[in-house]
Amino acid sequence: MRHIISILLENEAGALSRVAGLFTARGYNIESLTVAPTEDPSLSRMTLVTRGSDEIIEQITKQLNKLIDVVKVMDLTEGPHLEREMMLLKVRAQGGEQRDEYKRLTDIFRAHIIDVTDSTYTIELTGTGDKLDAFIQAIDPGHILETVRSGVSGIPRGEKSLRV
Amino acid sequence: MELTGAEIIVRFLQDEGVEYLFGYPGGAVLHIYDALYKQDKVRHVLVRHEQAAAHAADGYARSSGKPGVVLVTSGPGATNAVTGIATAYMDSIPMVVITGQVNSSLIGNDAFQEVDSVGITRPCVKHNFLVKDVNELANTLKKAFYIATTGRPGPVVVDVPKDVTGNKAKYVFPKKIAMRSYHPVVKGHPGQIKKAVQMMLAARRPLIYTGGGVILDDAAKPVTELTRMLGFPITNTSMGLGGYPGTDKQCLGMLGMHGNYEANMAVSHCDLLIAIGARFDDRVTGNIAKFAPKAKIVHVDIDPSSISKNVRVDVPIVGSVSNVVADMIAFVKESGAVPDRDALGKWWNQIDEWRGKECLKYDRTSALVKPQFVVEKLYEITKGDAFVTSDVGQHQMWTAQFYKFDKPRRWINSGGLGTMGFGMPAAMGVQFAHPKSTVVCVTGEGSIQMNIQELSTCMQHGLPIKVICLNNGMLGMVRQWQEFFYDKRYSHSYMESLPDFVKLAEAYGHIGMQIDKPADVEAALKEAFTKYKNRFVFMNFLTDKTENVYPMVPAGAGLDEMILI
Repeated sequence: MRHIISILLENEAGALSRVAGLFTARGYNIESLTVAPTEDPSLSRMTLVTRGSDEIIEQITKQLNKLIDVVKVMDLTEGPHLEREMMLLKVRAQGGEQRDEYKRLTDIFRAHIIDVTDSTYTIELTGTGDKLDAFIQAIDPGHILETVRSGVSGIPRGEKSLRV
Repeated sequence: MELTGAEIIVRFLQDEGVEYLFGYPGGAVLHIYDALYKQDKVRHVLVRHEQAAAHAADGYARSSGKPGVVLVTSGPGATNAVTGIATAYMDSIPMVVITGQVNSSLIGNDAFQEVDSVGITRPCVKHNFLVKDVNELANTLKKAFYIATTGRPGPVVVDVPKDVTGNKAKYVFPKKIAMRSYHPVVKGHPGQIKKAVQMMLAARRPLIYTGGGVILDDAAKPVTELTRMLGFPITNTSMGLGGYPGTDKQCLGMLGMHGNYEANMAVSHCDLLIAIGARFDDRVTGNIAKFAPKAKIVHVDIDPSSISKNVRVDVPIVGSVSNVVADMIAFVKESGAVPDRDALGKWWNQIDEWRGKECLKYDRTSALVKPQFVVEKLYEITKGDAFVTSDVGQHQMWTAQFYKFDKPRRWINSGGLGTMGFGMPAAMGVQFAHPKSTVVCVTGEGSIQMNIQELSTCMQHGLPIKVICLNNGMLGMVRQWQEFFYDKRYSHSYMESLPDFVKLAEAYGHIGMQIDKPADVEAALKEAFTKYKNRFVFMNFLTDKTENVYPMVPAGAGLDEMILI
């Protein structure tokens, strides 16, 4: 099963490689991984998407907790949560018809065109992974110049929070 | 007053109460060696190879309970130490390793003797640090000792660039350290412990299975008390030998691949398995699907990630072994209940029947020296009270089987990583920790050559270690597997061109002895342990080349599918 694991860790050199190293050393898979400092600059928040049986996910959370730099771990998929991923996508947009088509598609998906040249559009889209996939599928693959996805970020709903 | 980083390191080690530092100098640690030269509180032991420094510190730690401390230089100094660090990591041994590093400004520059020590050691340490600022040095060292010695212990590497050892800062010994991300659990959950105790009192065929955690947490006393109080059989892993008196009738000896028949059969038939400070290693469980098939399992461990890693357990208890077992004893007393005597009596009858197989028998009439016989005689002559280190292979298993350890911290071997070359340097560390005690290293002609250079360190420090080399001229355990599973194709398991070990020992200034007849074994051992009590003696026993370790659970088989002699 797919799990979204949120990790609060010390914002220190090497902390990221300890997490990444743990996954390679123990043969766990990482579907996506995103990390950045929190409002407290001494802490980083990492969101990691992985797949595995219940036993493997249990080991993953235990092994993460064992890392000295890890302050807290939460498996978001255990409760109600929100997940978002951001994508930047550059498409070939030449000629009125093509440009209109991508403008319409952008509106339908509630995305934004954030850069325009005479031959390209750069579109920003935020949503769940499925929504991002759907958007990509709606575009002629021959027109896609680049896609950049941030990886999943997640947060528990309501009062439940991952904090020190 | 301000001190240099090098002086801070040495002052810190003094203030931390470090007696011995096992190390080897080099460019990046010259400032530290200079600071060591100017004091005599911390004694530095110069080894002949950095791997041996780590093993010696490891032996010191295992036998004393205090952390072992290592100092090596950057680059090859650090990489040579890695095997020793990984050995300590696999067996959860408290150790602090200070590695020199090139100047901060040169890091990442492919400088002379530069290696990413933090990166290389990351997967085989409990934690590691790169110290970038001399003002952080004392605190980082304190954290290193704190992390290494608490919770599930393990090695911690502190990488210190040369300029940091030359820069100055104010030094205050940090008495305490607070870390928001590290809080080892100590007390077990009382509800879980009660539940476990109820199951123990209700069990009809119980078995206690203990491992290295009992030794590391100094829990042999409470474990012995609990076991005797309940009258349950107990089996130990290789790492756990000595956690319960090996000569006691309740002790079934070691379990696992080369475990005793009675121990493995008891595991396979028990209805309750109480695992204490053990981690269900593959060498212990055999085929996991066939492991303890009839049992409910209670598992006490300080490391939550050890629980339900290999085997699903019914009652997990996270906590320090000594605390949890003390709580168990209290709950048993409080309940006033006793285990079902009839059921336990029947269970013991069954166990005694298994015991009757005498799974450790061997040919006592042979004209060749049997390795088992040597270990038996060694046990007799040292009155079962020596510190015994071993290397890895057949001799290791024979020692675990035939030397009955009654006390913890007496049996020192590389259980997890299985590091050949561990035995002699580990024995050096043991001898430093226990200068007046008898220290023996049981080894083979393969293993001993992996750190043979330490004969020189032993000479320098006058260490009266006794090396018992069970020399069968073969990499015996490899040969045994090749005999059983590779149709006797003995691919590279010979040790051809062996040196004359007697002359070799003598060349290093030691006593060398060679024994090739069973009748000479006892007298030779007596001579070594009495006449040459204060000397390092290398005893080269030429043993039966064809002897195998029995019982043996073949790969993929269950514990009750042993090959017996």
